[in-house]
Amino acid sequence: MKLVTAIIKPFKLEDVKSALEAYGVAGLTVSEVQGYGRQKGHTEVYRGAEYKVDFVPKIRVEVVVDDSDADGVVGVVVKAASTGQIGDGKVWVTPVEAIVRVRTGEKGSDAL
Amino acid sequence: MEDGYYAWMIVATALVLMMTTPALAFFYGGMTRTKSTLNMMMMSFTAMGAVGIAFVLWGWSIGWGADGVGNGNGKLIASPANTFGLLHVSSSNFIFVLFQLTFAVITVALISGSIADRVKLSSWIIFSVLWVTFVYVVIAHNVWGGGWFYSHFPNLDYAGGTVVHINAGVAGGVLALVMGRRVGWPKNPGKPHNVTLTMLGAGLLWFGWYGFNVGSIVFNPGGSGNPWDSVGSCKGDTTCQFITQFTHETGVTFMNTTVATMAAMLAWLLVERILRGKATSLGAASGVVAGLVAITPSCGSVNTLGALAVGAIAGGVCAVAIGLKYKIGLDDSLDVVGVHLTGGIIGALLIGFFGTVKSPQGIDGLFPSGGGGLFYGGNATLLWHQFLGVVFTIVWCGVVTLILGMLIKYTIGWRVTSDAEVEGIDVNEHGESAYDWGTSVPSGGVASPVLSSSFAHRTEVQA
Repeated sequence: MKLVTAIIKPFKLEDVKSALEAYGVAGLTVSEVQGYGRQKGHTEVYRGAEYKVDFVPKIRVEVVVDDSDADGVVGVVVKAASTGQIGDGKVWVTPVEAIVRVRTGEKGSDAL
Repeated sequence: MEDGYYAWMIVATALVLMMTTPALAFFYGGMTRTKSTLNMMMMSFTAMGAVGIAFVLWGWSIGWGADGVGNGNGKLIASPANTFGLLHVSSSNFIFVLFQLTFAVITVALISGSIADRVKLSSWIIFSVLWVTFVYVVIAHNVWGGGWFYSHFPNLDYAGGTVVHINAGVAGGVLALVMGRRVGWPKNPGKPHNVTLTMLGAGLLWFGWYGFNVGSIVFNPGGSGNPWDSVGSCKGDTTCQFITQFTHETGVTFMNTTVATMAAMLAWLLVERILRGKATSLGAASGVVAGLVAITPSCGSVNTLGALAVGAIAGGVCAVAIGLKYKIGLDDSLDVVGVHLTGGIIGALLIGFFGTVKSPQGIDGLFPSGGGGLFYGGNATLLWHQFLGVVFTIVWCGVVTLILGMLIKYTIGWRVTSDAEVEGIDVNEHGESAYDWGTSVPSGGVASPVLSSSFAHRTEVQA
């Protein structure tokens, strides 16, 4: 199994969620995170004083899928999250050793 | 008629009370950092308590010293013993005492913006009482109440441009100088943590300001010789004169307060857009307050176009003035000098240009030169008297605030420790935090059982 982690723009969450649903992904986890990539932060001005905001709000989407689905899910997320602008985010895939469904104790692919 | 006026004064007093708690507390609270929001709001709330009580006990007596609306004794102060504790004041005059009380409270609360994030609560409360006693009521007596200054240099201050705003601005600047900068300033000036709260506060201030300005009407004696005979056709009928003055004057002051504030907000945004590229929400909130400050002294002495000019000039100039603190290195944290001192001076002086004898104060015959301002056919006497009123307030307030500030600095001290300031004054001075960010793991749930032994016991039993 693989863990697909995506960092996306907050306003793209609905698009990504719908696309994953359409693809057949049964569940996902979302968290609000902050960070920066090549676009760096931005500047805010309050009463003439400039403040450099280094970390930009982002959304982290996490999905655990079967090995065979990983590439497909990555493709779906990238397509749905893309605006073509700098700061669109990243998607990466990591191996998952084990997974258990808490309610039933099912393991592996059955727990997805 | 007098029934209508009395009912209005009850409402106006409550409106001005709302300006301090919660309007100013919101306005300032939103501009501070998350970790010092409650302390900032508490400075307004505690000023309400401490100043209000001092005002009732001896403030009214020193500043007004009479059972009525004023005491034109021509002296620097009236005796604190005259009406100590309002013992010799008729309860039918209490509403006028209370109206003035709310002004004293908000003036002190305004000062707190200059010294945000760093002051011990006890020092602030003690200062509040000392300052209202030795500065506020003295200035009020001399500028409004027929004290020494007014009897020599009658100047115009309809609702407190000098008494409230210049006074608070000077005191704030002096205190910021006495106690020094916040840790890390100006490298980290402290980003406003919640501009939404600030805009709520600015809107509530605007709403309350109608009590402040429109409630500041003072009636002429009725009967023959009442100046409002020339406006209505009252022919010496006192009731008719009161109605004429009341309707005309409240119309003018309400209108001027409204349009000046609108103009100031847009002017601030325009200046910001030109100088810094963006028109900001905090700029709109600040422009609203700058306009309200400037029209406060002038709302009874200019016409509608004059009010637009006063507001636009105040909004534009204050938008620039707030940048000066970085040049002189003064941590006037929330720009009390930049907005209230600057706006107050603009409003007071512009009467010398835009004042017109057809305005309520002109009809009252209060223009010292007999003519209007420079743009309305008058000579420079009015401007000169306005200037002297500004100077008198700045000098008295500056010197006495410096003495009081030093007195506290070298006795009980002003500031919390720098560790406490950095960690957050809310937690260290009050044992609270403004926002509980926890959702599924509430931070209060862990700590509460250890607060007191009996409470801990009960929690254990329930568990």
